[in-house]
Amino acid sequence: MAGGQERILRGRIRSVQATKKITRAMELIAASRIVKAQQRVHAAVPYSEQITEVVKDLAAAGAGQGSPLLVGRGDVKTTCYVVIGADRGLCGGYNAGVQRAAEGEIKADVLAGRDYTIVAIGRKPDNYFRFRGYHRSTSFGGFSDNPTYENARQIGKCVVDLFNDGTVDRVSLVYTRFISTGSQEVVLRPLVPLDTTTMVGGDGKADAGGDYEFEPDPTAILETLLPRYVEARIYAALLNAAASEYAFKQRAMKNATDNAEELIKNLARIMNRARQDSITTEIMEIVSGAEALGGGKAKAVRYVDIDPPLRR
Amino acid sequence: MMTVSVVSPESVLFTGEATQVITRTLSGEIAFLPHHAAFLGALAECHTRIYLVDGTITDVAIHGGFVEVSNNKVNLLSDVAELADDIDRQRALVAKERAEEILNHGQDAHASAALARAHARLNATGGVTGTAAGAH
Repeated sequence: MAGGQERILRGRIRSVQATKKITRAMELIAASRIVKAQQRVHAAVPYSEQITEVVKDLAAAGAGQGSPLLVGRGDVKTTCYVVIGADRGLCGGYNAGVQRAAEGEIKADVLAGRDYTIVAIGRKPDNYFRFRGYHRSTSFGGFSDNPTYENARQIGKCVVDLFNDGTVDRVSLVYTRFISTGSQEVVLRPLVPLDTTTMVGGDGKADAGGDYEFEPDPTAILETLLPRYVEARIYAALLNAAASEYAFKQRAMKNATDNAEELIKNLARIMNRARQDSITTEIMEIVSGAEALGGGKAKAVRYVDIDPPLRR
Repeated sequence: MMTVSVVSPESVLFTGEATQVITRTLSGEIAFLPHHAAFLGALAECHTRIYLVDGTITDVAIHGGFVEVSNNKVNLLSDVAELADDIDRQRALVAKERAEEILNHGQDAHASAALARAHARLNATGGVTGTAAGAH
């Protein structure tokens, strides 16, 4: 029956409407959290800037020339990729972006005959790499939308340990940098050994490095400082990733809401047509039914009565 | 007069003009007066005092970190730092007693770290290291 078709459509419209409400709510939530995440990114800047300054000062004073964390090991055999993604989906191409970037680097490494390992942050990238059988060493998850410094500390410890015991010779961060609500980019940043460009003082302040007094000696300070520096870098990356995640989520949910609206419009149109069809069919049935029953004789008589005289 | 800031990874805890800063590096206690020579040190678990320009004193419990002095600026960088106002003194006291209890029964790295933390907190909030004497 045509009425059945209409009922099915009505049900579908209702379900799409319910979905639209959910996606709308998620969009608004993401939008409000972006602001907070952005503030956290900004709040973390002074610490990481100053710790970078201190590292520069120390390097300028000639400390830690023997420290592998600072100068590296020369021959890079194994690279560790710290891939920062989300715990949950529903955020468009956010996870796909970092995963693709990491995968590209890994393929290039394998072609060049180098080994690699992955430290996955966030459950989505972790599942992705596990399913595809990549070498993974450790993974962290459960805090992608609200990372704390403690999380960064754990990751930093794990990474520094991997480097210090010689499992890896280089560590790179792959994450999504938050530029603004409208734009984010996937970046690959070297983390360990510390970038030489970070070490060369770019702001002229490092010139004063030679005049610094150190307590205890520079090398001892550097030893405690470098892990902190790595943590601060990871923390900044985590915060950027969290803000980006919300931005992607907001965009994805906005698209979903728009799609639902479009879908509701189309379904309503189809439903109205189906209803009109069923009404038309019903009238046709009534009319033809009435004609077939009582009207049969009367019609014949009327036509015979009225028509023939007029034509003749 | 010099600018002092206490910076943790999450935020800038404190910034202001001061006349003196007393803190403790790994090799011992140190005070900074305005126009101190450029200095870089690793901080111990300690209580840091900042004498502000207006005569008031700000106490901070710093749980490890670094101090950088240059251009008449003192930057205290710390993973974990707490202003005296944010410290729960009762909790610190309880933590201290618990840590001492454990240490009475032998060495424990975890407990001695906890004790150092509790001491830094207590010193920052009144400076009593005795037992129940400073409980009020």
